[in-house]
Amino acid sequence: MADNINNRGLITEDVVKHVASLSRLSLDADNVARFQRQLAHILEYIVQLDEVDIKGVPPTSHVLSSMKDVFREDELKPSLMPDEALSNAPERQGDFFKVPRVI
Amino acid sequence: MTDTDINGIDSYKKWMELQKEPLTSLAGTIAENISRVNKDIHAFISVEKDTLEKRAGRIEAKNKKGRLWGVPVATKDNICVKGELTTCASRILEGFRPPYSATVVEKLEEEGALIVARANMDEFAFGSSCETSCYGVTRNPCDTSRIPGGSSGGSAAAVAAGQVVAALGSDTGGSIRQPAALCGVVGLKPTYGRVSRYGLIAFASSLDQIGPLTRNVADSALMLEVISGHDKMDSTSVERPVPKYTDSLAKDIKGLTIGIPKEYFTSGIDDDVNERVHAAIDVIKRLGAKTIDISLPHTKYAVSCYYIIAPAEASSNLARYDGVHYGYRTKKADNLIDMYTFSRNEGFGEEAKRRILLGTYSLSSGYYEAYYLKAQKVRTRITEDFNKAFAVCDAILTPTSPTTAFKIGEKTDDPLKMYLSDIFTIPANLAGIPAISVPCGKGNGGLPVGVQFMAKPFAEETLFRVAHAYERGK
Repeated sequence: MADNINNRGLITEDVVKHVASLSRLSLDADNVARFQRQLAHILEYIVQLDEVDIKGVPPTSHVLSSMKDVFREDELKPSLMPDEALSNAPERQGDFFKVPRVI
Repeated sequence: MTDTDINGIDSYKKWMELQKEPLTSLAGTIAENISRVNKDIHAFISVEKDTLEKRAGRIEAKNKKGRLWGVPVATKDNICVKGELTTCASRILEGFRPPYSATVVEKLEEEGALIVARANMDEFAFGSSCETSCYGVTRNPCDTSRIPGGSSGGSAAAVAAGQVVAALGSDTGGSIRQPAALCGVVGLKPTYGRVSRYGLIAFASSLDQIGPLTRNVADSALMLEVISGHDKMDSTSVERPVPKYTDSLAKDIKGLTIGIPKEYFTSGIDDDVNERVHAAIDVIKRLGAKTIDISLPHTKYAVSCYYIIAPAEASSNLARYDGVHYGYRTKKADNLIDMYTFSRNEGFGEEAKRRILLGTYSLSSGYYEAYYLKAQKVRTRITEDFNKAFAVCDAILTPTSPTTAFKIGEKTDDPLKMYLSDIFTIPANLAGIPAISVPCGKGNGGLPVGVQFMAKPFAEETLFRVAHAYERGK
């Protein structure tokens, strides 16, 4: 079946590097190798989920099925003041978080 | 505080009255005691005597006798305390002082509690042993060569060692209950949505709950009364009134039905744990409850299910740590993307990276259906198992942990082995049901063993009733 864990194949070092870049981590060769081994080992265990009959089973994204959209009126309410929000900024300029150039 | 007459909130309050000292000076004594004991167990990342004295001054100035007036309560390092260091035991939140307090902290302060912040934990709550903290391990007060459990290891150890009278921890896969069992204290994970998560630095948003660690069940009930309730700042908190949980302590358990699930008593449990938990079953019967055999057939898939869902949610929740707004920022980058990448590389520990990688992988295109969506469906199956069980029993009894406290360093080489130590606690998080661990005696080497009770959603009163009856009757 297309969505079996088993059919996804072993997690390779290339996949680890790709996933690392997606999550803004950069790993050196040793770390890539080590994480590849550990993740492969964990995923080998997790393949047992393929055994479970999930035909027609709805996914649980929220355990309290009675709770739906929790909204409030779109009214202005007190919030964090700029000084509070910026109080932990590694670098600040005026009311902005200062960061290095994009390119 | 090392006075052996102090064994909970009530006796602590009586002891306070006898001291005839202002709270500010008591706070100094508490800080000194905490520091002294901390040398052996490192339950707190840091202890700030003057901060504690200032807090005590504010409590005294209010002159309002709340239910926890003057009682020292520790908070795990992932629960925001306004203006105080809150770092999730991670380098990436180095120096972070939240501009607001968690709702649970405000509720405790309303009742006059003396907050002692920075109970040590596994980094970002990723762990079952308190070994991944960037500030070093916490040691089990019962045997300092062993771990206290995790991730709320500091909270559990601090209560067990008498540094504080009670503590708050957080539980995503067992992180309150397992350290409670391993340190010999009471640990409760409330129903999902019972306690506000506002101000709890998120790990897995569909699983996380804040809960109390205490010396006894009555204290647990009181703490839950204080911290529970709907919070408009947490849209996953429920609008249900908070019962007077302490009222449920008086009832006996004659006629209650307790389910014993066979899947929780398979091989893989240490003999001494098995023996102590079976002794607990005997006590329950002696107290007049009926026990029945039940089955929770999807139990064996719980760890796999959890280790897809939790890291996936964690990878999303940890995306915010990028060096921009707070915490650690690398000095080595001259462009934005490198700043993100280097800050995260340098700031996150190994377990954090492992979980981010695992989570990102299982959510990424081409893998999402096979992993994350599938795990969410298995989660439904696990919840259905509990729903069927609670149709025939009032509560479920299991061991909390398959082993007693293991040695520091024993499981750090094998992540999977570490993950499997949560096998009995994870299902309650997946199903969102409340669960409590209560000490049930000592195993080999005098190490504490915990018995776990689980109940259906919002049935914490049943948990307290059973746990309290057991605690008195054993």
